[in-house]
Amino acid sequence: MTATLTRPTPPDERLGKRSPLSRLLGRPEVGALVGAIVLFIFFAAVAPTFLQPASFATVLYGSSTIGIMAVGVSLLMIGGEFDLSTGVAVISSALTASMFSWYFSVNLWVGVLLALVVSLGIGFLNGWILMKTKLPSFIVTLATFLMLTGLNLGLTRMIGGGVSSPSIASMDGYDSARAVFSASTTIGGVEVRNTVFIWILLVVVASWVLLRTKVGNWIFAVGGDENAARAVGVPVKATKIGLFMAVGFCAWILGMHNLFAFDAVQSGEGVGNEFLYIIAAVIGGCLLTGGYGSAVGGAIGAFIFGMANKGIVYAQWNPDWFKFFLGLMLLLATIVNLFVKRRAELK
Amino acid sequence: MNSRPVGQQELLRNEGNGRPQDSVPLLALENVGKHYGNIQALTDVSMAVDKGRVTCVLGDNGAGKSTLIKIIAGLHQHDDGSFRILGEERRLGSPREALDAGIAAVYQDLAVVPLMPIWRNFFLGSELTTGRGPFRRMDVQRMKEITKQELADMGIDLRDVEQPIGQLSGGERQCVAIARAVHFGAKVLILDEPTAALGVKQSGVVLRYILQARDRGLGVIFITHNPHHAFPVGDRFLLLNRGRSIGYYDKKDVTLEDLTAQMSGGAELAELAHELEQLGGHGDVVHQVQAGRADTTTTNRQLD
Repeated sequence: MTATLTRPTPPDERLGKRSPLSRLLGRPEVGALVGAIVLFIFFAAVAPTFLQPASFATVLYGSSTIGIMAVGVSLLMIGGEFDLSTGVAVISSALTASMFSWYFSVNLWVGVLLALVVSLGIGFLNGWILMKTKLPSFIVTLATFLMLTGLNLGLTRMIGGGVSSPSIASMDGYDSARAVFSASTTIGGVEVRNTVFIWILLVVVASWVLLRTKVGNWIFAVGGDENAARAVGVPVKATKIGLFMAVGFCAWILGMHNLFAFDAVQSGEGVGNEFLYIIAAVIGGCLLTGGYGSAVGGAIGAFIFGMANKGIVYAQWNPDWFKFFLGLMLLLATIVNLFVKRRAELK
Repeated sequence: MNSRPVGQQELLRNEGNGRPQDSVPLLALENVGKHYGNIQALTDVSMAVDKGRVTCVLGDNGAGKSTLIKIIAGLHQHDDGSFRILGEERRLGSPREALDAGIAAVYQDLAVVPLMPIWRNFFLGSELTTGRGPFRRMDVQRMKEITKQELADMGIDLRDVEQPIGQLSGGERQCVAIARAVHFGAKVLILDEPTAALGVKQSGVVLRYILQARDRGLGVIFITHNPHHAFPVGDRFLLLNRGRSIGYYDKKDVTLEDLTAQMSGGAELAELAHELEQLGGHGDVVHQVQAGRADTTTTNRQLD
């Protein structure tokens, strides 16, 4: 039976193998990579200080504060969902840690752990409401965004009596927590902030999960076609809720860094940052509709952001131009992504 | 992991019991009914699926075909009647439960995730893993090899299992889904309108895979609105109309003409022919269908 069905086709009849180049061009992050290289050469040419190791370390630090969140947001976007509450959720996490420890006069580490629980809880709630109501994640997380913004301001004033959290610099556990979340390491005479290493570590772990574990397979599947995934037995709800919690985890890390880099947090901060994370993911080649993208792409997106942000300063331009620049990068990168993807798939 | 050798052994064991083939069907539905709120979607439907046999479910749009397969595939639960798997009364709570019971459904649109590579789709939801603890990972190499082998066994020769499955033709995609179900030890294969969106040639390819799955000892439920596709491959035919069974035949008791005529519903067709004639259409073609003389597959489609 089988023998009669097998068509004796010559191996090259249908174009044979794809060349390694078109294989590479088929990767989601290739557009962003080209953009990053162009931008790097551009700033290296117009701002000589840009190439100094110290400035490069600053660029990396700037990238990492976006990149850490971009890891979670990229995974979530590949899983087919949005989170608009990420910017303020970072501040909520920082406020939880500082206000709780300050009000109850406990060791800061208690607050840090509570903040982790709260951050994961916010993620869980986002995901759970989404799965229960089947509303678009845009609406659900927009609601969370507004509620958290209000809670951040309201609770901070109610408990601390101001718009910023009280200073925690003299409290127990401050130095050790600062050493974990906001220290620097000197490499070859250059001081590199630890967030850079945390960022790289997160990207590596996320890439591994995405490409080599079954959970990664499920993330692509729930983003690519939720119904098909459900029909073959993928736990869609658990996967999506887990993704929102992963975003919560990233928000916790960044929130703790924001808190311990100084000793207080402004309760009104964070608004608007959610778009930076989403932009980083999109520049990095994550498809807005889900099912396609990579963690590395989000990291390159964040790096582009960091270069543009600091590069403008090193080039001694007015930083007013930064947003224009970012918008242009977003447009160009997505067009390049689209173009490259089509070309690669045709081959 | 539930791989094909296990499934086959189980089938052999069942055969070894020396029962006559029809005594305990793989699946048996008796007077099954289902309503959504106050809408009665299915009433008093009975059918059986045996191993190595193809049971065709025929009906026009809205006849209740999808409701019926959703019950069998575990997406919905029936309200009335009995649903037995290997003689045991069951109520399936999820597609996962149905899969564990050996029932695999291949849907027309949602068989696969288009942007994912073929091998990822093949093992989606049943990934092979290696390593332990936090280093538990997918066995990518083995999964790719098995995918290639299984598809080759089905007679599909692919350039590259790494390409997105969305790039395959509709027929090839159906076949990947069928090969997947067979590999994971399905005993009952539900095919939801596998030929509806396909051209003549592609349909022929899919029909051949249906026969191949049957010859491997699977019980196949083939859902279609095209009697010309159902008749050559089917052993039994269940005809549905407006949620009710209007006929359940063995192949020896029925002809293609009977099926075609019953499917299109005699009285409704006469009315349609009349209307079309008034509008200046070719009502005579409809009359031909009614008389059971039409033998093109397309005539029937146009009436849908």
